[in-house]
Amino acid sequence: MAERQNADLPRISMVGTCALLCESTGPLDIEHQRRIWALTEEVSKWKHVLEVMPCLNNLMVIFDPFETTIETLEQKLIDAWVNCEASPVQGKLVEIPVVYGGEFGLDLQESAEHARVSIEQFVEIHTSADYVVYALGSHPGFAYMGGLDPRIFVPRRTEPRLLVKAGSVAIGGSQTGVITWATPSGWNLIGSSSLSFFDPDTEPPALLEPGDRIRFRAERIER
Amino acid sequence: MMEILSCAALTSVQDLGRYGFRRIGVTVAGAMDKLALAVGNILLGNQLSSAGIEITICPFRVRFHQDTSIALTGADCLATLDDVPVLPWWTRSVRAGQVLTLHTPVHGARAYLTVGGGIDVPVVMGSRSTDLKANFGGYRGRALKKGDILNIGASLRPAASASAGTDDFGVEPPASALPSNGLPQNLPGVISVRVLPGAEYERFPESALELFWRTDWVITPNSNRVGYKFIGPPILPSTDLEVFSHGLVPGVIQIPPSGQPMIQMVDCNSSGGYPNLGTVIEADYWRLAQARLSGAIRFVKTTHPEAVSALAAERDYLNTVTRMANVFRAGKPGAVNSVRASVRRRAGA
Repeated sequence: MAERQNADLPRISMVGTCALLCESTGPLDIEHQRRIWALTEEVSKWKHVLEVMPCLNNLMVIFDPFETTIETLEQKLIDAWVNCEASPVQGKLVEIPVVYGGEFGLDLQESAEHARVSIEQFVEIHTSADYVVYALGSHPGFAYMGGLDPRIFVPRRTEPRLLVKAGSVAIGGSQTGVITWATPSGWNLIGSSSLSFFDPDTEPPALLEPGDRIRFRAERIER
Repeated sequence: MMEILSCAALTSVQDLGRYGFRRIGVTVAGAMDKLALAVGNILLGNQLSSAGIEITICPFRVRFHQDTSIALTGADCLATLDDVPVLPWWTRSVRAGQVLTLHTPVHGARAYLTVGGGIDVPVVMGSRSTDLKANFGGYRGRALKKGDILNIGASLRPAASASAGTDDFGVEPPASALPSNGLPQNLPGVISVRVLPGAEYERFPESALELFWRTDWVITPNSNRVGYKFIGPPILPSTDLEVFSHGLVPGVIQIPPSGQPMIQMVDCNSSGGYPNLGTVIEADYWRLAQARLSGAIRFVKTTHPEAVSALAAERDYLNTVTRMANVFRAGKPGAVNSVRASVRRRAGA
């Protein structure tokens, strides 16, 4: 696809025959993410669009290639991006109770050492920030959140764990979140939560949605 | 009802997949070889969305507790009904008490058993597919095992015996019916699949891309419904790539830091953050699904118009199979001949 000069225009690429990826070239921040949400809402209404998957600073559009062309869709995406206003979405406030440390927070001490703070200070920093759900994805009910305090950024582990328990509260680089089902992960485990984030038999199945505001609450700290 | 008498791992109830929930992290799941499952359902006069059984490791044995009809598609597993061979890409009626056995496949990797009326399991989030990672859908959210008893749905069509038609017929498999335009032929043990370049394609140097296209990538044993991993020369980008997590579809070829490509398959996460070199086109997906471990894959660069016409050819094939199945069941031999002739024309025979 043609390279575009204007820095504000999105970068669009193919994801197979039936999907396009539309990426903002701006920084990953709440203002850009609000435009991603607005664009998702707009594109979801288009004819011949079968599914829209918003993620971090981008969205994937699945379409029927027998009904529209990638050229048409690419132009429409560019026009819509230029014209879209940041979504005013203010989601619900969700408090996530966390047991920090202990059996399921194996990396808490190491993470605190990396941040050069005490375990109590580390937990205080993690629980005092307001987080925003940027997108859901990866595995059922998992939320990508923005808002982690840079003082407790902790690089991903060089050797990912082969299996991490569902409910693990973790930090991977500049991101934090709750791993909602047993999966391999390179994130640092700082605690666990018993909150249910996904149930296929409820409507909606996922607890969280983009725009929701999150606070972590320390139930206790285990050593 | 049908009872699983013998069943290795990796056998599960699947339909065409669970759509519309990527944005809450739910995988598409569904049959790896959706074309084979679709043909099985067409042979039986089922809805395309009916669920069947995906069988990956044999032997597999099942006893039917009712009269019904079955179809076998996908890999050729030298199946027998009691002691009588059942050809692949074939449908026939079975009587209560009969036992169907599938053996290790001679071609392909995955066989599909479909039954008239489909496997009757609850629809969860719009699909009967088993989500084997999140453990919901399908039969109790898990792979099948010995002793499981599956219900069979009500068949949509009258028995062939009520008309002049037959329940005992087959169709030409996709491997011979579908053109393989642009794919190198005659490479023993190597399956070629067409690829459209992806978001980070241009970020790899020419030499790495050239290596990517000409390597026969060996499929490692650590490959499954989630993804295929390959062994070959490392494919490295010009500079380190920082990629934000983005939506995934089956077929996406990711390049992790090791430089060894991975292809996302039907049980892949709904999003991920490795660089996307390209995507195997939908029309070649069944070829990937039938690739065997330790076999090799050759990637062939294609264009979007070619990918769309390959998908159109697949749709034409399904339409032809549908017409043919209707004709066989109605029992009008003249019409069968005309459909056969049109299949031959499409196959270029």
